[in-house]
Formats: sequence, C-alpha cells, structure tokens
Amino acid sequence: MPAQQEFTGAEIVVKCLQEEGIEHVFGYPGGAVLYIYDALFNQDKVKHILVRHEQAAVHAADAYSRSSEKIGVALVTSGPGLTNAVTGIATAYMDSIPMVVLSGQVPTHAIGLDAFQECDTVGITRPIVKHNFLVKDVKDLAATIKKAFYIAKTGRPGPVLVDIPKDVTAKKTIFAYPADVDMRSYKPVVKGHTGQIKKAVQMILGAKRPMIYTGGGVILANASKELTQFVDKLGYPCTNTLMGLGAYKATDKKFVGMPGMHGTYEANHAMQNCDVLVAIGARFDDRVIGNPADFARHQRQIIHIDVDPSSISKRVKVDVPIVGDVKDVLIEMLKLIDADAAKPDAKALADWWKQIEEWRSKDCLQYDRKSDKIKPQFVVEKLWEITKGDAFVTSDVGQHQMWAAQFYKFDAPRRWINSGGLGTMGFGLPAAMGVQMVHPDATVACITGEASIQMCIQELSTCKQYRLPVKVLNLNNGYLGMVRQWQQIEYGSRYSESYVDALPDFVKLAEAYGHVGMQITKPSDVEGAIREAIKLKDRCVFMDFLTDPKENVWPMVQAGKGLTSMLLSSEEL
Amino acid sequence: MRHIISILLENEAGALSRVSGLFSARGYNIETLTVAPTEDPSLSRMTIVTIGSEDVIEQITKHLNRLIEVVKVVDLSEGAHIERELMLVKVRATGKERDEMKRMAEIFRGRIIDVTDKTYTIELTGDVAKLDAFIEAIDRALILETVRTGVSGIGRGERVLKV
Ligand SMILES: Cc1ncc(C[n+]2csc(CCOP(=O)(O)OP(=O)(O)O)c2C)c(N)n1
Repeated sequence: MPAQQEFTGAEIVVKCLQEEGIEHVFGYPGGAVLYIYDALFNQDKVKHILVRHEQAAVHAADAYSRSSEKIGVALVTSGPGLTNAVTGIATAYMDSIPMVVLSGQVPTHAIGLDAFQECDTVGITRPIVKHNFLVKDVKDLAATIKKAFYIAKTGRPGPVLVDIPKDVTAKKTIFAYPADVDMRSYKPVVKGHTGQIKKAVQMILGAKRPMIYTGGGVILANASKELTQFVDKLGYPCTNTLMGLGAYKATDKKFVGMPGMHGTYEANHAMQNCDVLVAIGARFDDRVIGNPADFARHQRQIIHIDVDPSSISKRVKVDVPIVGDVKDVLIEMLKLIDADAAKPDAKALADWWKQIEEWRSKDCLQYDRKSDKIKPQFVVEKLWEITKGDAFVTSDVGQHQMWAAQFYKFDAPRRWINSGGLGTMGFGLPAAMGVQMVHPDATVACITGEASIQMCIQELSTCKQYRLPVKVLNLNNGYLGMVRQWQQIEYGSRYSESYVDALPDFVKLAEAYGHVGMQITKPSDVEGAIREAIKLKDRCVFMDFLTDPKENVWPMVQAGKGLTSMLLSSEEL
Repeated sequence: MRHIISILLENEAGALSRVSGLFSARGYNIETLTVAPTEDPSLSRMTIVTIGSEDVIEQITKHLNRLIEVVKVVDLSEGAHIERELMLVKVRATGKERDEMKRMAEIFRGRIIDVTDKTYTIELTGDVAKLDAFIEAIDRALILETVRTGVSGIGRGERVLKV
C-alpha cells in the first residue's frame, strides 16, 4: 500500500480553510506565519486580503460574518500582530460574532523564553474569546481548526482563536479533516423547554399591554423571518435594540423605534408601561434599560428567550426564562399561537396602540429642517431615501452612529453593522471592506465621524488595492461629538480635549489614496453629492460633510436615569 | 452565603486559568480552590468555595458552564454533602508545651507526622470549622507554619458528579 501523502502544518491550515468553504481571509504577514503565507501562495481557492493594520483585518472578518451567514477569518503574526488584533477580537466578542482568528506563535521550543515577537497569546485573548487553542502538535492541527469553526458558530456565537507555533506549520503529517465534532464538554442547547414555551404563549396571548423587545440574538440566529411572523400575527408593538435593527422592518407601523439611551420616546415608554415584555435574543444591556432599579420598579411580567443561560436574570429578574435557539423557540411559539383558541384581546390592544400613538406623536426624532447648516440627521435620511433603504451601512462610534441607527430605516437583518457592545472607534471603514468583500455588488456605506475615521484611515489603501467601492459619509462636526455632548450636558460645557484640531483635508487625503473626495458644505448639495457618489459604482468615494458642530443626539436618557426621564432637545438643558 | 461548587473539567493546559480568570474578571470571590485529576486522567475535579448572594451564585454556575472545557458544575451546598480540608501545622514543641501539643493533636484527632527536638508537624483533616478551631485552641505564638489545601467536597449518599 502506498504511504499516505503528508502535508506541512501550513498546508493543512489552508486545506482546513478550503474544507470549511472559506473564500476570503483578512490578514497581515510576519515571521511566525510565513509558512502559512507560503501555502496560501500556492493555491487560489482561499483569497487573502492584505490590510494595513491587524485591527482592520479582524474588523473586516467580523463584518464579513455580521453581514452574511458565512464565517470571517483573520490571520495575524505573533507578538505585535496579535496585540494589534486584540481590539478587533474584543469587539467581535462583545457582540457575539462568529469568527476564527489564526495567529502565528514562536516555535514551541522558544515559548516562554521571551523570544523575538513572542507574547502569551492564549493568555492575552482568553477573556475576549469564546475559546482559544494553542496547537503544540501538527497532528492536532486539523481537528483543532475544525473545533474552532464549530465552537465559533454554534450556541451563542463568538470569536475563536487558534495560536499556531511556527514549527508546527513546518512539520508534516497526513491530512484528515474530521467530518463532525463531538465534545463532551460543549453541547449547546437548541430546543427550548416545552412547558416554559407554553407558559410564555399563555402569557403573551393574555397580555393587555404587550411589548416585544428584540436584540442581536435574533439576527445571529437568522430568525428575522420568524420574528416578523410572530409580530405580524399578534399585531403587537416591537422594538429592536441597536444590535437588533433590521430584524423587524423599521418601516412598519408596529416598529416603535430603538429603545434605550438614545431610543425613541414611544419605545422607552412602552418598555416601562407594558404588562408583558417579551425579550428575544436581547440582554437587557445597561444602555437599553437605563437605571436598573427604576426599570424594576415598573410592574410587568418578563419572558426572556436566549440561547445563553448566563444572559438570563443577569441584570433584570425574569418570570419565564426560556433557554434555546431563538429561531427554534419562535417556530414553536408560532405553532402554539395558531393552535390556541385564545386570541389577543383586541379591545385592550387597541387602547394600548392609542397610547403608543400618543407617545409617538411627540415626534421625538424631529430636528431643524430649515437650518442653513447641514444637519447630520438629514444626511442619513437622504442616504436612506437614495439607496431605498437597501444599502449595507457600517458605522463607527459616536453621535453619527446614533443618527445612523435612528434615521436609516433598516428593513432587513445584517444590513446594519456596528460595534454596539465594545463601542470601538475605527470599526466602520474596515467593517465596510469586509461587507463589500461578501457583497461585491451592493452599496456599502460607512457613516463615520472625523475622529473615528482617523483611527483606521490607512485602510483607504486596502480599498484601493482591492477596488472596494465603499462610500464613506464623514459627518464632520469638528468635535469628538459624543464626548462634547456629554461634556455639555454632564460637565458644565467644559469641552476638555473634545475639539479635533488640525484635521486633514479629507478630499486631498482621499485623492492621495487614489479615491474620489468630495466636500459638502450646504444642505442643498447633500442629495446631489450622495447621488453622484452612488453613481460612481466602482469607485471608493469619501464624502466630507461639514455638519452643524453643535447638533446633539436626541432623545437622551442620561446615565443613571430611568428610561422615561428623557431629554428631547437642547431647550430642556 | 458560602457555597461549595464542584466542577468536572477537561484536564487540559490552561483550563484552570480559564476558571480563575472568570472569577477575577467578573469580580466573584474565591475563598479556596482545589484541583486534581480524577480516576479518569482526562478529567480534573475542582472544588471552589465562594461567597455570594443567590443571584451571584446563579451567575457563577452559568458562567462556569459556559466555559468550553467545563463538563459539569454542581453547587454542593444545595444538598447534603461532605467537605474536608487537610492542614499541616508546624509548631514549637519544647518543655511542658511538648506534651500539651501532643494532647491537643490527639483531641482533634490529628497525627504527628514529623518530629524534631524542638518541633512537631501535625496533620489534621476536617471541615473548615474544625481546622479553625484547632488554630484557635493552641497558643498562636507556638505556630511556626501552617499549610492548608483548601476544601474538597463530595455529595452525600448516592449523589455523584460524573460524566
Ligand atoms: C477607541 C475608542 N476610543 C475612545 C472612545 C470614546 N468615544 C466615544 S464617541 C467618541 C467621539 C467620536 O467622535 P467622532 O468620530 O468625530 O464622532 P461624532 O460623535 O462626532 O459623531 C469617543 C472619543 C471610543 N468609543 N473608542
């Protein structure tokens, strides 16, 4: 019998990626991963995208996952390559994004000796990954990578890192990719408890003032269709968190806007005054519920569906916990609702809607449309109109992020890509690259601020190399706007270090990178500029909108306040 | 409230630091922690004594279960259980104190496992209260060194923690 063919560890890494159907890897080479790069060179199934900073590789891989049902992969070298990736990994972890990060490590015999470009990768990343591995033997490599993908995408998803010492990538063994994974210590639940589901359905059908509150979990579970059926069947109001936007159509009347610190008046009032709150794939984040004691003072029954038991009863006590895959549980609930003779109380529901409409009539997202300055909200609204709500929108962190979330009405999941949990400035542009790689023909817009964009602006170079026609909308207010807003409201208008002096000429900068740059200074030019940018289908366009420097995000629930103590405009300060 | 949490986990490099890292990252308290392989060398058994409200303990067990290498978690304090800790105490034993020390060790059912002209090393097993009581009972000034293993726990009766 002929001896089985042996492959190097590096070749095995690439073969594993091929087996997983991975088409793109975002990365940056260095000493410890040179064998892997050599193996990439010798094939053309897995395409490598060379970023300009490892943070961007991880954000791009992360957004690749967020905007599709595929898995993003990042590849970085040991030491500084890995430490540069840390922000990206933590960003993905906080938002439970499935992703695999492969990092190079110094050779096994050098580990622990403070070797050149050595760092304790497993130790550094332990608290910011779902799991990580150090592969010490080439024979374990394929099975470990298989596990990494499996763990990343099952249960509550999350990033998984595989640290691979250089000698492991050089050694040879036979290649066998396991067909499946069976780990006695890791068995994610799927099915919710039948009794609990029944109890929840009774409670839901009996509600007089129901409220459906959903988060990123619905999107991660690909349960948007089931959620939509659920909401439409019941006719109940629905709110999606910052992470959950698009799970239910924002243009539907039943959508009451986003809840929380910058949520709508109607969403926050409905959260507090409902009698049954159905939380689905949402985690009662501190920025969603406001002051927890105030939140708890409002009497209501809470049903909480989540795949991760540790999300349940963490900040808020719930009455009916259901641990299970959100999609699965919703399908079960839909069946039970259909089979049940009881129907929602039409009279009570009509009264509840009347109340909600009254809250809605406050028109809490209004802004000055007659201003001679460009209002940032107006830019986002125009983008929504022109793209017919069909673009992928990434954002950075700050005021522009909140305006994007409030004014771009997402009607489909995985269209809104932002760092909700960690709040990472610098996310937007690399994220847009990741999205554009999975959706080459789609319009991908990055709504950013002049401070955030500069945290990863080097990626304009990557956009050029790979001809990624990302449209950057820089809402340039000259300030670390969100910081300035807090300083105005909470710190007596002492604007400590929040003015961004010495800004570059963004038009020239875009041009220097080989892109189209535009500066827009008048409201009347906003629409034309966006239309023109979108028409340049194959070009990356940087639109620098000089917006009203003093505009604030309203409504706002100040930190520590209850959800309904909302500031609605600057006049209330 | 004091709780004794028993964990069965994969006997893999780094598994212990995932558990201890979880406690420090989330601000949970560890009174004692013991760990060693079981009769199946691929598994380790860990006992953690911690203090926290019911809510905190619930979060602790949920987060432990979330760790990929953790196979099973039980809160032993929820049912009848036995806890034991081993202590080695080196004491000064000279003159009239030499007899007195021997007597105390006997009362507490300890064993003297090492002897010199001037010292005894006493081995004691028991629950935390018993070991504390021994320390209280002897003259502090005579204690040269104490080493405690931390608590190991097991369920009473038929209750078992196994894969
Ligand atoms: C990496 C990082 N550093 C600091 C912060 C704190 N922070 C939050 S918003 C913000 C200002 C962002 O300014 P800009 O990008 O211009 O957006 P704007 O708020 O003006 O729309 C800062 C500094 C952060 N979120 N991320």
